[in-house]
Amino acid sequence: MPRPLQDQTLPGWFSNPVRLAVGLVLALHLSSCREETRVERATREKILLLGNGAEPKALDPHLVSSVGDSNILRALFEGLVTYHPENDSLNEPGVAERWESNADFSEWRFYLRDDARWSNGDPVTAQDFVYSYQRILHPEMGSPYASMLYFLKNAEAFNRGDLKDFAEVGVKAEGERVLVCTLVGPAPFFPDVVKHTSWLPVHRGTIEKFGKMTDPYTPWQKPGNHVSNGAFMLTDWRINAHVKVRKNPHYWDAANVKPNGIDFLPLESPFTEEKAFRNGLIHLSYSMPESLIGEYKALPDSPLHIETYAGSYFYRCNVTKKPTDNADFRRALAYAIDREVIVKYVTLGGQTPATAFTPPSEGGYQPPKVISFDPAKAREYLRKAGYASGAEVPEFTILINTLESHRNIAMAIQDMWKKNLGIEKVKIENQEWKVFQQTTQDLNYDVSRAGWIGDYVDPNTFLGIWVTGDSNNYTGWSNPDYDRLMRESSHLSDPAARYAKLAEAETVLMDGMPILPLYWYTRVYLLHPDVRNWHPLLLDNHPYKHIDLIPSGEGGSL
Amino acid sequence: MDSLRYLLSRLAQSVFALFCIITLTFFLARLAPGGPFLDEKKIPEHLVEQMKRNYGFDKPLPLQYVRYLGLLLQGDLGPSFGNKGFTVNEVIAEGFPVSFVLGICGLAIALAIGIPVGVMAAARRNTALDYSLMALAMLGICLPTFVIAPLLGEIFALKLGWFDVALWENSSAWILGAVTLGLYYSAYIARLTRGSMLDVLNQDFIRTARAKGVPPLTILFKHAFRGGVSPVVAFLGPALAGLISGSFVVESVFGLPGLGQHFIKAVTNRDYWLINGTVTVLATLILTMNFLVDILQAWLDPRTRANR
Repeated sequence: MPRPLQDQTLPGWFSNPVRLAVGLVLALHLSSCREETRVERATREKILLLGNGAEPKALDPHLVSSVGDSNILRALFEGLVTYHPENDSLNEPGVAERWESNADFSEWRFYLRDDARWSNGDPVTAQDFVYSYQRILHPEMGSPYASMLYFLKNAEAFNRGDLKDFAEVGVKAEGERVLVCTLVGPAPFFPDVVKHTSWLPVHRGTIEKFGKMTDPYTPWQKPGNHVSNGAFMLTDWRINAHVKVRKNPHYWDAANVKPNGIDFLPLESPFTEEKAFRNGLIHLSYSMPESLIGEYKALPDSPLHIETYAGSYFYRCNVTKKPTDNADFRRALAYAIDREVIVKYVTLGGQTPATAFTPPSEGGYQPPKVISFDPAKAREYLRKAGYASGAEVPEFTILINTLESHRNIAMAIQDMWKKNLGIEKVKIENQEWKVFQQTTQDLNYDVSRAGWIGDYVDPNTFLGIWVTGDSNNYTGWSNPDYDRLMRESSHLSDPAARYAKLAEAETVLMDGMPILPLYWYTRVYLLHPDVRNWHPLLLDNHPYKHIDLIPSGEGGSL
Repeated sequence: MDSLRYLLSRLAQSVFALFCIITLTFFLARLAPGGPFLDEKKIPEHLVEQMKRNYGFDKPLPLQYVRYLGLLLQGDLGPSFGNKGFTVNEVIAEGFPVSFVLGICGLAIALAIGIPVGVMAAARRNTALDYSLMALAMLGICLPTFVIAPLLGEIFALKLGWFDVALWENSSAWILGAVTLGLYYSAYIARLTRGSMLDVLNQDFIRTARAKGVPPLTILFKHAFRGGVSPVVAFLGPALAGLISGSFVVESVFGLPGLGQHFIKAVTNRDYWLINGTVTVLATLILTMNFLVDILQAWLDPRTRANR
């Protein structure tokens, strides 16, 4: 029996009590004799049903920063360069057909395709990109991710309000089809950077129909008003219920867009998501309860996927405060942690024990193998730090944000420091997320939990935050050698030479040890076999237009 | 005249209480450590300053408070910064119908189970039936919704396939949500009904009726019931308000877009206006319900009227 239409906002029988009662009975009846699950039907209609973590904060590329939000934006918008479906260190042409740089990678020219269209049919021009970059960088916009555009010459000064004339910022349109970006310095990886959501264009006419360029929160983002230039366009958005996007008929490559649409479902609890997956309500989950990983692993043809993810879990050390101001003491802490035990018995998601900060990428950057579990070495460093035994170490605290999994890791480490170094007085303190952020940013901690996810594939997205003056450092650590090596690396065109230089910089970082790397992330999720062309990606930024839905039950091979 | 004065004074009390709640919430939310513009990836200081200006947070707090009250009087609850592009009015308007259906159905289930169980237990006081019913009710009170809800989902959605396990649209998961809420409240109502029925059944007029040979069922329903459910009615006000304002647990377990999630998330996001807005709505609901219940009780029990 067919179920009610998908696109209603409320069930039809919602409006009056009699029909409600009938609906109740009907719902019982329908679900007991239903022939196809929601997922099976969606596969037939080629609609991808996707668990997407938390409710999106906005659908404006200049306002958002979370992973879930950028998933939706990637479906709605297309940047100059886009992600390759199989390898996210490769670049696919987006609005730009091709691009080139000058000899030292400080000036980039993007040649825009002439058939790129907004979802209302308007052409996408180089001026649209200039307008968008002016908008995100405008001081009155207060865009949280504006710093991603600091690669452009004078962008930071304009964003801070020190420079009033946007014409001096390093982005120009030459005619309708050529966009020229002049950078603050060489950046061989620049095409990787412009794939990020903060570099997506917005439609000027739409923005200004609902307010000034810099009005951040106008109704332009609502269905009906929203105009985008990607493979999909916004058709429905209901808070905490769904964001629905459907094929954009004006998209230049519309003929090759495989799905007819995507429903992004904000199921924040991993347990609910897992049940929704089992119940045939979603094709793909955003996360997975750790406690069920083992059970799923044991299944034949398991829908469980565990893939490397460009993220690093680590502890920050406050180098401005005793006892963590002593580098030998920090080294002692680092070598006394058995990371194998943590990933094997605590985190359970197949994570890789970290040997440095930056996660390795296949065929790309390999971080130095500095850190290991070596209790003898750890004790030696403890002595060098001036402590005859762990008992002499003054009390200090591991600060975590309130979450069971962080606490479990902290407890394991507390125990390892006790066992391997004899440090008795380690406290664990949890703070609620916003308070935790404040405490960490104010350097009011001793050791603080942290995670860092790459914004783009290049190791610069990881190593860049430890350069002196970077706003994400929060450790008080700074090293002129490190800054010099990072600067030198940006002038190297040959990837191998550049990676070698970056590895040298990372060795300096690991020698200073302002952070205790713990493990490199994995993405653990459930994937329905109907979903095809879904490949493991380091940043997990899937270009949805390539994803196909084919019933796996009907002779489709897995 | 007397009863009119009584009504007016109750109304004035309610409005005063609401004002205090709104004021207290406004300042408490602002005094909480942290703030809305903190993220794992640091937002540069000058941008945080700009965001504060965009929202008028750069002004002194008392001034912000006066402006907030002004907007509130016009029915404008302000923007939400956890849900950008939406106003708090819109956020609440979207969540309210969901919570309303959950709450009303939950309450109906709670009453349909709770009152008969309570009456039955009272009529068969100190028998095996009474003990087992009350033990069940105790269990219902002790078992938190975060145990019941996933259990119902596991059995009725995943095992038996009668319902969907999550989501709102075209989904039957909300029924499980309503049942979870209903079961939880029915346990309270059963205990409450039993207690007050016993009180009434021990009174002189019941004994007189028995002595006169009135049939037991008539005593139970005609003479004792109206007085017996009176405390339940008093309980209904806050219960209904609580049910409608949503249950975070039920909503997050069944993925329902009601008000309950906003209550919790607004606080963790430091979404100041949404905190104020949801609290104002809940407070108004509770106060209105209590007000209505007072009137209803006066009608149910003439003594309440006479005593005043």
